[in-house]
Amino acid sequence: MSALAALIRRDIRIALRVGGGALIGVLFFLTVTVLMPFAVGPDLALLSRLGPAILWLGALLASLLTLDRLFTADHEDGSLDLIVMSRTPLELACAAKALAHWIAAGLPLIVATPVLGLLLNLDGTATLAVAATLLAGTPALTFTGMIGAALAVTLHRGGLLLAVLVLPLSIPVLIFGVAASQAAISGPLPFGTPFSILCALSLASLVIGPFAAAASLRHGLD
Amino acid sequence: MRLSGRNLKCVRGGREVFSGLDVSAAAGEALAVTGPNGAGKTSLLRVLAGLLVPAEGTVALEGGDAELSLPEQAHYLGHRDALKPALSVMENLSFWREFLGGKTEDAGRCLAAVGLDHAEHLPAAYLSAGQRRRLSIARLLSVRRPVWLLDEPTSALDTAGQALFVALMRDHLASGGLIVAATHLPLGIEARDLRMGGAA
Amino acid sequence: MLAAATAILLAIGLYQSAMAPDDYQQGATVKIMFIHVPNAWLSMFVWSVMSVAALGTLVWRHPLADVAAKAAAPIGAAFTFLALVTGSLWGRPMWGTYWEWDARLTSVLILFLMYLGLMALWRAVEDPSRAARAAAVLTLVGAINIPIIKFSVDWWNTLHQPASVLRMGGSTLDKAFLWPLLVMAIAFSLLFITLHLAAMRNEILRRRVRSLQMMQASRVSFTSEAGAGPKEIGAA
Repeated sequence: MSALAALIRRDIRIALRVGGGALIGVLFFLTVTVLMPFAVGPDLALLSRLGPAILWLGALLASLLTLDRLFTADHEDGSLDLIVMSRTPLELACAAKALAHWIAAGLPLIVATPVLGLLLNLDGTATLAVAATLLAGTPALTFTGMIGAALAVTLHRGGLLLAVLVLPLSIPVLIFGVAASQAAISGPLPFGTPFSILCALSLASLVIGPFAAAASLRHGLD
Repeated sequence: MRLSGRNLKCVRGGREVFSGLDVSAAAGEALAVTGPNGAGKTSLLRVLAGLLVPAEGTVALEGGDAELSLPEQAHYLGHRDALKPALSVMENLSFWREFLGGKTEDAGRCLAAVGLDHAEHLPAAYLSAGQRRRLSIARLLSVRRPVWLLDEPTSALDTAGQALFVALMRDHLASGGLIVAATHLPLGIEARDLRMGGAA
Repeated sequence: MLAAATAILLAIGLYQSAMAPDDYQQGATVKIMFIHVPNAWLSMFVWSVMSVAALGTLVWRHPLADVAAKAAAPIGAAFTFLALVTGSLWGRPMWGTYWEWDARLTSVLILFLMYLGLMALWRAVEDPSRAARAAAVLTLVGAINIPIIKFSVDWWNTLHQPASVLRMGGSTLDKAFLWPLLVMAIAFSLLFITLHLAAMRNEILRRRVRSLQMMQASRVSFTSEAGAGPKEIGAA
């Protein structure tokens, strides 16, 4: 599908150009993570116990906040009209946009995880576990967050409203993401169980997200 | 080929914009939709483009490609230019050319036709309003679509740009296309007039 | 010329550092200091350079000040990054961990974040002179804020860890360490000046390209209508 490839290429290019938001997400992730020790104190033992949770929360907020503009930017300049009219099914176009967003904004978060793990005194296995769960879980965050981004077009509002709408949807992902990381670090549960559920959540959101977003966009245009 | 809308009614924000409206345009024909501000010109175009669902009535393209819907065979040139300032002129055009798909023309030639070939590699952010409009027009040329839905197409264009666009519209009609244009300025081509909002 | 002087001084400094005796407590790892300390020093010095440039932007509205401030940010971030990395490499054998939420380390980390934020700001705004004013305000706020952060972090940290592990000042610096350190400090300062001038030249060129491009875009094209082939329009 060359149309979808073109859409993905364009969105990644825009994210990486001047004014694009791809790297701001990583910076946000870094800042949020660095803020945490100020709140809980510099006790390394405590930090390494909370580490996976801190990293997951940081990644969650970073990937959701950058989603804000996923559709509104296209809506404001009229591109969305043409995307809706085109021969490409809107569901697929939505999925392509979310995929591009994940590549440009989600993957860098995972790349940054080992560095932040170092700051939080996580050992090798723990860092690897968190990175693996983020790799499996962030697509779910992007694809459910996309529903909120589409609603932001319908409601002509973004920002905090989007966060309020979407954050509850991401609770299951958070639960199983942190559970899998903790399981890998300290047990007693096997890592595989929560990790499989996390993968299942991602796959389900891959299907549900585009349909919900497309439905919301179709009704939201005027 | 014939574009026809029957008994169209459009309601926006609880207000009835128009009702009982019949629209039709045949291949090779241009329809100029005129009327005062708020008469519903833009709404009508968006109904035809499938971007608004009419409260009543139907829109159809008879004699077009049976497998495709009307919006999929139409170009929509709205108020907004659908350009990304961070991308170059060429990147903007090639994206739409690839994304819209179907029968395409060479992108470089289309840019030359609207007089933007000198700016091919420049970011679209550097373009003036008129040049942005020219770049959107290049989109209509780069992908072949029989129906052009134009919303105030000549606004922001200078005299040379308007003359250029008139020639491009003539070519489109001559090759069997059809045009529905909302405008308050004379289009510059022979067009049937659809006056909206006179009675309301 | 400047680059050559930098290279020579760096070579001398590195040689002297390598020749410096091992510390009786820390062994050879003490040599990290010769890289670490100049970098840490420059990380703060660059912010002061940017603050002066920010004053230039806001008070005199001099375009060269914008250029100086913009060019300095990535270099400062690089020095800060190196200070953090060498510091954590030093910390591994000394404290048994790469990272400690120690007051000094933490405030350098915050400085690094502020550099990154500043660079993000420069990238986010398309128009350079508008970006310059916003960045200048942020730089000056940072210049006031960094000492405050430093003190508050000190205070924050001592609540939990009364005895800090860092005791740079504690060990009296022997002449054998002092000289290479001074040479390295001067060499790194020269390195900064060299890089900064090169980056400024780059930035000026980039702006010239930008204005040339805008001129080219605004030139009216006289290509005839109706599908004429591509025409050469001047050679910009």
